[in-house]
Amino acid sequence: MSESLGTGLRALALVAALVIPLAFLSDYNLFRLTLVASYALALLGLNLLMGFGGQISLGHGAFLAVGSYTTGILVASFDVPYWATTPCAALLCGLLGFLVGWPALRLRGPYLALVTLALATAVPQGLKHPALETWTGGVQGILLSKPDAPWGLPLNPDQWLYLVAFLLDCMAFLLVARLMRGRIGRAIVAVRDQATAAEAMGINIASIKTRTFALSAMLAGIAGSISALAIEFVAPDSFSVFLSITLFVGAVVGGAASIAGAIPGAVFIVAVPSLANILSKSAPGIAYGAILILCLYALPSGVAGLFRRTRKRGRPRVDIRVAQAKPEETKHAA
Amino acid sequence: MIGLWHQVLSGLATGGIYASLALALVMIYQATHHVNFAQGEMATFSTYLAYTLLLAGAPYWAAFAVTVLFSFVLGVAIERVLLRPVAQAPALTLVGVFIGLLLILNALCGWIWDFTIKPFPSPFGSASMLGGLISSHELGSFAVILLVLLLVYVFFRFTKLGLAMRAVAYNPDSSRLVGIDVGAMLALGWGLAASIGAVAGLLIAPVVFLDPNMMTGTLLYAFAGALLGGLDSPVGAVLGGFLVGVIENVGGAYLVGTELKLTLALAVIAAVLVIKPSGLLGRAVASRV
Repeated sequence: MSESLGTGLRALALVAALVIPLAFLSDYNLFRLTLVASYALALLGLNLLMGFGGQISLGHGAFLAVGSYTTGILVASFDVPYWATTPCAALLCGLLGFLVGWPALRLRGPYLALVTLALATAVPQGLKHPALETWTGGVQGILLSKPDAPWGLPLNPDQWLYLVAFLLDCMAFLLVARLMRGRIGRAIVAVRDQATAAEAMGINIASIKTRTFALSAMLAGIAGSISALAIEFVAPDSFSVFLSITLFVGAVVGGAASIAGAIPGAVFIVAVPSLANILSKSAPGIAYGAILILCLYALPSGVAGLFRRTRKRGRPRVDIRVAQAKPEETKHAA
Repeated sequence: MIGLWHQVLSGLATGGIYASLALALVMIYQATHHVNFAQGEMATFSTYLAYTLLLAGAPYWAAFAVTVLFSFVLGVAIERVLLRPVAQAPALTLVGVFIGLLLILNALCGWIWDFTIKPFPSPFGSASMLGGLISSHELGSFAVILLVLLLVYVFFRFTKLGLAMRAVAYNPDSSRLVGIDVGAMLALGWGLAASIGAVAGLLIAPVVFLDPNMMTGTLLYAFAGALLGGLDSPVGAVLGGFLVGVIENVGGAYLVGTELKLTLALAVIAAVLVIKPSGLLGRAVASRV
């Protein structure tokens, strides 16, 4: 297949992914697709952090929560226009990610997972705290409404929000893909695979790790902001520790060390509960857990890895997406 | 002042439960360097089993013994089936397997025993003791935990099997060379950890009530305790568990209020990791590059 034809096909597929749902899907299905788009953003951030950066987070739900609440509070309490709240959520979460990433620098593997899990567990309790109730609405949460399409566009709110989420996704995926192909991307992977060698090559490990964390949190914040507008409701119990765990499962199942893997991961997150709920209330949990473990044994690079294996003949380039090296041997100092 | 003593004593009582769960975490960590994120859910599952036995009319201590034995078998089975194949895998895979186990056990509890919150009996009742300073359940569970800790100590310190397990935790390769079955020791460690976790579950259930998510908070405190004491030090884990129990109770009563107790655990975890990552009694490790 020639290069230009491939690019043309890709552009066509993108346009189709935008136009076909807008034209044919019901409002409810469009809403679910908007959710997929927002989870894809969060998973993109998580893949960047876990798959490429080698830092495990079990707490990205916390950043989603901050993103959602930023949008919720700004719209409901301060009458800020909705389109201005998403950049605010991104900035705030980026800053927060930077702050969390800083102590996390010292932590490897399971320890970071532990701290982020603790963060995710503590967040709902904090959101319910009476001191914040004027803004957060306490247990009741905040009610929002979907924004109308501007400039007299012939779109209903669901269609407009899907369009926004879709364009945001395109932008974020393009930016992250370009980032990973360049100098910084290679530095991120080098820090994951051989931190000492990377440092010897002049890479500032602390700065790379904290910035990766910040960018990852920023993407989760944007996802939170979009999903708050789509769901039209923000409440503390939507951000329980299980949201973070769900995101982790989505990232691994989609393929953590890939950019495209965020999309099958997001579809998985949205589709599995509604499919499994038909069976019983606890079926989603069992399905998530079983599929996660099966994936780890049988499909270590996720759904994205499956696609990659079937179409091997691509452009030759440095493969930065191989699985991680084995954990370093630790010896006791004594 | 009486109020403070009351908080300290009940902190020690819940701290004992955190200490035993922390000890279970440390036992697995020491032998394999894995942090078992599913430890809490394993304990919940065991507690539900005890609940079924009690409903069927079994005497409390018989149900207790059966549950502890069953948990041992469950722990061994999980190690053999789920973890042995990925023992050398990267951290992401391991965390993933533990999270998968957590999700499955959590959903299974809800599936088999539904999601409603259930009261769980205490063998010690809830009478007020020592002039209102402590309840009989707190005192009783404190005694049980101390007994468990003593048994664990005696096992590791004075039996040949305990020595072999410590050897495997310290240096698996050399242990294999002197004829210790390393695989069996790892499975045994998992079984013991699951049993100790089950005891913790049985003792915390009368306080927090039985539901599939009852261990989420408890596990967090246990993690905090294990980290505070040092993840590779069983004595440290026990000490850390008790300390976290007291910090949680006193801090919750006088410092931050009950709404932010979990945040307090988070703060302890973050503080330990930033200030002294090896914990109070842990050994500092150096990585060979």
